[in-house]
Amino acid sequence: MIGSPLPRLDGTAKVTGTARYAFEHRVADPAYAYPLQATVARGHITAINTSAAQAVDGVLAVITHENAPHLASTEDAELAVLQSTEIAFRGQVIGAVVADTSETARHAAGLVEVSYDPSPHDAVFTPDRDDLYTPDTVNPSFPTDTSQGDVESALKQSPVVVDHVYTTPMTHNNPLEPHTTVACWHDDQLTLYDSTQGVHSTRQSLAKALGLAPERIRVIAPHVGGGFGSKGQAHAHLVLAAMAAQAMPGRAVKLALTRQQMFSLVGYRTPTVQHVRLGAGPDGRLTAISMDVVEQTSRIKEFAEQTAIPARHMYAAPNRRTTHRLAALDVPVPSWMRAPGECPGMFGPEVAMDELANACGMDPVDLRVLNEPDVDPESGKPFSSRNLVACLREGAARFGWADREHAPRTRREHGWWVGTGVAASTYPVHVKPGSSATVRFQPDGRYRIEIGATDIGTGTWTALTQIAADALSVRVDAIDLRIGDTDLPPATVAGGSSGINSWGSAVVDAARAFRDKFGTGPNPGDEAQGTTPGNSAGERFAMRAFGAQFAEVRVHAATGEIRVPRLLGVFAVGRIINPRTARSQFLGGMTMGMSMALHEQSVLDERFGHVVNHDLAEYHIAANADVAGIEAHWVDETDPHVNPLGTKGIGEIGIVGTAAAIANAAHHATGIRVRDLPLTADKFLADARR
Amino acid sequence: MNPFEYQRAEDVATAVATVSGNENAAFLGGGTNLVDHLKLGVATPNLLVDVSGLPLDRVESLPDGGLRIGAAVRNSDAAADPRIRRDYPMLAEALLSGASAQVRNLATMGGNLLQRTRCVYFQDVTTPCNKRVPGSGCSALRGYHRYHAILGASEHCVAVHPSDLAVALVALDAVVQVSGPDGDRAVPVTDLYRLPGDAPERDTVLERGELITAIDLPVLPMAARSGYRKVRDRASYAFALVSVAAAVDLFDNGTIRDVRIAFGGVAHKPWRAYRAEDALRGRPTTAEAFDDAANAELRDARPLRDNVFKLRMARGALVAALQHLTGADR
Repeated sequence: MIGSPLPRLDGTAKVTGTARYAFEHRVADPAYAYPLQATVARGHITAINTSAAQAVDGVLAVITHENAPHLASTEDAELAVLQSTEIAFRGQVIGAVVADTSETARHAAGLVEVSYDPSPHDAVFTPDRDDLYTPDTVNPSFPTDTSQGDVESALKQSPVVVDHVYTTPMTHNNPLEPHTTVACWHDDQLTLYDSTQGVHSTRQSLAKALGLAPERIRVIAPHVGGGFGSKGQAHAHLVLAAMAAQAMPGRAVKLALTRQQMFSLVGYRTPTVQHVRLGAGPDGRLTAISMDVVEQTSRIKEFAEQTAIPARHMYAAPNRRTTHRLAALDVPVPSWMRAPGECPGMFGPEVAMDELANACGMDPVDLRVLNEPDVDPESGKPFSSRNLVACLREGAARFGWADREHAPRTRREHGWWVGTGVAASTYPVHVKPGSSATVRFQPDGRYRIEIGATDIGTGTWTALTQIAADALSVRVDAIDLRIGDTDLPPATVAGGSSGINSWGSAVVDAARAFRDKFGTGPNPGDEAQGTTPGNSAGERFAMRAFGAQFAEVRVHAATGEIRVPRLLGVFAVGRIINPRTARSQFLGGMTMGMSMALHEQSVLDERFGHVVNHDLAEYHIAANADVAGIEAHWVDETDPHVNPLGTKGIGEIGIVGTAAAIANAAHHATGIRVRDLPLTADKFLADARR
Repeated sequence: MNPFEYQRAEDVATAVATVSGNENAAFLGGGTNLVDHLKLGVATPNLLVDVSGLPLDRVESLPDGGLRIGAAVRNSDAAADPRIRRDYPMLAEALLSGASAQVRNLATMGGNLLQRTRCVYFQDVTTPCNKRVPGSGCSALRGYHRYHAILGASEHCVAVHPSDLAVALVALDAVVQVSGPDGDRAVPVTDLYRLPGDAPERDTVLERGELITAIDLPVLPMAARSGYRKVRDRASYAFALVSVAAAVDLFDNGTIRDVRIAFGGVAHKPWRAYRAEDALRGRPTTAEAFDDAANAELRDARPLRDNVFKLRMARGALVAALQHLTGADR
């Protein structure tokens, strides 16, 4: 049960195409909605002529700000769809065409004529803007700035100083399944099949916007083809789909965003500029850590990525400082993308640590071990468990790190420079309160487990089944799990690597309550509830997962092409529920980290205000040929404090640190230090010697 | 996206007559580029004439020993043809470096040659583009042009042609057979493509209704020692930043008797590198000679703000390709 590599219970349905994703749900005689989007980045709509669109045979409705229903709440500006003539970013939803077929809707959408009174827009992201501001907190509620000791004096007095600016570009979540929803109003009840990371959170957001009691909305999501955070919150298209469905009572409306539309409407990771300063003694012992971050948000809705957070927890140093500043621009709304904060925020500091190791003539593994803190540097609390050093040691052994030549640019094979690099990973342990589970004994002798959790491709169906079987001491085939429906007990969103920690704890709580009440011989119909228990251990301990990633990189001496023949990660993440799905999570995270390192970059054309490489041919994501040798391992870690299961969450840590490990390996290969992601070939040609 | 009629072509003559008589008609091959354009509104034909089912799907030997590749042959089939693999390896390598296996299974040889640029502005109808809407302006000139031209561009268009196949064909001096409303003609691939000048809306010299029916490969023994080197951001499924098709023939003393070189990813057309070829004949197979050849070809290059790197990359790719073919990299 727990700890066994059970194959995915939904695997057969998925590979045979019978698992229904949102858009595939069969509804009678559906209509199709196609969004209209603004083609200016700021201004007002002065006229919108829909007559040509409405004249197209098969068009059922054209919805614009002129005829859209009034929303009950526009507090979330991203969801204030069609409530005014104002345009706040290019690509903003300004309407929808609803038709008998998706083709007709798309055709007619092209016939809608929109006139604008454009205003000058500002989409220029630079760290030296004079209007950067300090957000109240950073995502979700961390202090914006921190300071301990005297960083400036410490840096002045440090024999060794690393002082550089590192940047990560704007990047976009691109789950395989686009954002889709099927909405149907029937007898004042709204039902949605939605591609979402949280059915209850989606319902809550929509209920607020529409002014409906949550009970009048049902959201169903049995299978979700990836989300990476972009399906963690409701976006404009969801409100639009509800409006389209409202326009045709009793008839379901299907809406699927195109890949291009996703680049404006479902969030993205902000570009970051990271000024990192490290002060150290000649022996490599850190005296000061400073990280100043500049990033962007949209003018209409703030999202402050918590990029400097990991620098607060990683290494010991008496003098510390972190800051976040934002530029509010006329751009689409940024949001969560796999490991917000930690993912970009471990690039600059972990490359800086490599630079420090070089400056001190030290091995970068030894440097990290030397600076391992006794307690959490930020809070002074002990860690509930921290096994970064074990990960570094085990990774080094598995990778063959001991054989590494120290000096960069010393190994060349058949025209390729070859090097290796390392970086650390970390991710906080999140347990979200608010999930409930029900256990009910069925006439067929099985236990029905109900919880409104979601499986976004991570393995929730399988892992929760194992957890339930373990808690009830029965075989997995005696468990009948139901998830992905607001008719089930409420569950928190699949985000922050919190799913198994939170939902699993609720299932365990329900199972214990069931056994306490009914023993091992229950009668059909017996049922018990459980919830995610509160945990006061967070007041006593700092709780984080850690890892170490090692990369081998080859850079072609003449063309600059970069390849990653080997990637190896070792993680300390508490208890592993299912080694098979866990490995898949780590490998997926590391692959996405490699993709971030080598490829991913949303090119926002400042003149227009939108991302111009907005499809998968131009926005590169690592494909099969990019991934060669890749391994994920973990060390045994027992942590009784994090939650009753002892799990720390594994969905995000795999992407953290990968890009730094690859950048460090590229430096070791070539002697060229690239501080700006992605690591494209041109960056290794600026200094191309043969 | 516009509604359109679909017709399956019965024969070449009828297809040509249909398309030449209707300025809103277009030939449809594998559809791997055109169907995207239909969805995006980049192309708005009201009639598609599907020529993929015409009996142009064979690879045949020509009387002089060359090969004729039917225009409807799928890219994957051409790449797997044993004669092409043996006698023109650069061609098979170029095909296999393009797109993905799934796309290659659909894409036709004729369609591959006539695919349009992947310039992001050309593919986005909300932005100006002279190639899509003549006179509207070039967004790439001062925009996102990492992939764009360093040779032969104009102020009106800096796009590059995306085909890998075409690069190999210009190196091989291949000829396309064309049927048109005024009869048949043969067009060397080196003459098929245009530089943008002040009419970037025209990619090729083909007139409305002209249909490529076949690609003829001449006898070229030196092509048995040839290759295609594609430099791209991703290990697969990415357009070239720079590519090189090259064939080399050596004297017994190791100096270069003859050489064929073409670049991809550098211009509005596949770029035959005549200057580099001239610079190499009679020279030894040294890095210095290869470098001189690259310099000769790139002398007139005019890179844009963000693609200066292509100069070094093109030189590096040429040197790497020639070193590989002459065994100097071993």
